[in-house]
Amino acid sequence: MAEKLDQIFVQAKHELVRWLLCHVPGAWAEVLSALLSIATLLVAFAALFALTTLLERKGLGRIQNRYGPNRVGPFGLLQPVADGIKALTKEDVVPRAADQVVHFIAPLVLVVPVFLALAVLPVGRNMVVVDLDAGLLFFFAVGAATELSVFMAGWSSRNKYSLLGAMRAIAQMISYEVPLILSAVTVVMMAGSLSTVRIVEVQAGFSGWLPHWHVLTPWGLAGFLLFLIAAAAEANRCPFDLPEGESEIIAGYYIEYSGFKFALFFLGEYIGLFAVSGLAITLFLGGWTAPLPFLQWVPSYVWFFLKLLSLIAFFIWVRGTLPRLRMDQLMSFAWKFMLPLSLINLLAAGLWRFLPEGLTRWAFCSLLLAAAYIGLGRSLVQRRNLGRRTYRFAE
Amino acid sequence: MLGEGIIKGLAETGRNFLGSYFEPDRLVTVQYPEERLPAPEAARTFPFLVYDGDDWQKGLRCVACQICEKECPPQCIYIVKDITKKPDYIGKLQFQPKVFDIDLSVCMSCQICVEVCPFDAIKMDVEFELSTTDRFGRLLLHKAELAKPNEYYHKIHPAEAAEVDARLAAEKAKALAKTQADAAGKSVSPKPALKPPAPASG
Repeated sequence: MAEKLDQIFVQAKHELVRWLLCHVPGAWAEVLSALLSIATLLVAFAALFALTTLLERKGLGRIQNRYGPNRVGPFGLLQPVADGIKALTKEDVVPRAADQVVHFIAPLVLVVPVFLALAVLPVGRNMVVVDLDAGLLFFFAVGAATELSVFMAGWSSRNKYSLLGAMRAIAQMISYEVPLILSAVTVVMMAGSLSTVRIVEVQAGFSGWLPHWHVLTPWGLAGFLLFLIAAAAEANRCPFDLPEGESEIIAGYYIEYSGFKFALFFLGEYIGLFAVSGLAITLFLGGWTAPLPFLQWVPSYVWFFLKLLSLIAFFIWVRGTLPRLRMDQLMSFAWKFMLPLSLINLLAAGLWRFLPEGLTRWAFCSLLLAAAYIGLGRSLVQRRNLGRRTYRFAE
Repeated sequence: MLGEGIIKGLAETGRNFLGSYFEPDRLVTVQYPEERLPAPEAARTFPFLVYDGDDWQKGLRCVACQICEKECPPQCIYIVKDITKKPDYIGKLQFQPKVFDIDLSVCMSCQICVEVCPFDAIKMDVEFELSTTDRFGRLLLHKAELAKPNEYYHKIHPAEAAEVDARLAAEKAKALAKTQADAAGKSVSPKPALKPPAPASG
């Protein structure tokens, strides 16, 4: 029964393809199967996007001791519908000085790659659109395209705030891409594969009560935290939302977007967050596997989406807590803290791989990472006595 | 150590988040159309005309002296004097406004009209839900819409209205004593008639 429930979507797709093949030539089987997977994925993640916008506003409201939206439908549940109608019916204003073509394409260039990135995420047992051998590489390669769209939007709008936002975004995304990938590399070292499906399978077992998730090892925990921070920066989430920076540059690179194009940017940003959170789950939190042995009867996709929702909740919590970083803080955090720590984490992962199993391995790796964390952290927060600032040219 | 402050901050916001579900005092929002805060005594929005008694046309205190029209900084009051005189609340023959319009879209709620009115005829209302779909017609209030009974004035500004009533009653008594004295002849000097404040009446 549990097995059946777990594979219900897979079975349904197979049945549907078989039924469709009665009407179309057999050569279309793969195309049909892929199209069905894509359609499901699009619907599921778009629905999750709608839900998240509501949860975010509700959660932030509660953090600030407000109610949040509660007027449209019961408990404000239909708020995303109202927002959608509003976005669709708004006038689409394009600045006269803008580069019309690039301005038009930029939101599409954002949305298409982030949806492509979802293709390699295993959302359940046997539930992945494509199981690429180099799935992780595909994810990062496609994810890098979002930087292009951000700069297209910023440049083509011909607005100083857009351009500032886009330049901040590029600086930030490229800086944080390095620790993001370096922290993911540790998992590849341990799993010995770039395939996301294989990485999840490696984490599927249990020793006693504990699952074999990578986050439950010293290098995995460090990697997970580094990955999460870098993911927040990649997705332009608070406290790394400098490219948008409402209070300084209004909305950054999408200041000149309105109506549906703005909604597309919004969608792209959130789907990007889901994709990168999904990858964090795949790499470190055991993908769709259950956290405890006796909970294995719960369908695998339920676990994946539960983990995804908790990560999103965490991101909302962080957004409600931390103020925005300054540009120099952002850069020094990436290059002086994240990068060295992720390099040391690579070393720790290597040691973990070759040291004999046991307590010494645990102690050694933990100590190495803790020492690195404290040392690097101290150098980062150190107060330099800079003294009074002197202006050579301004006075 | 790096990250200590972040943990503290997360704990604080987490406490706020959970607390908002268990301690209703935390949520200070007043959910407006269903819940309302009582208006403070000094609340004011736009002017209205006070009338005494039951008939708003007879009881209107306004005598169309047009002081408010002249004093109004944004010139939102428009008055046309009537041709015939009618008795006012003291019984004296007075003019009444034939037309009395206030354009709410122009009025800036400064209360100068109230301060200059020698007859306590124009007062400030507390009604604020005045939105309408017709920005020309429905925001220009005429005499009929502006006239509101003295009881309403007592309801929205009790202390102020009681003070006004006491003053008006005293004035009325004084005028009455004066007319009686006049009728009795110049030999009797008018007594200062300071009666206790009478209830609101025309």
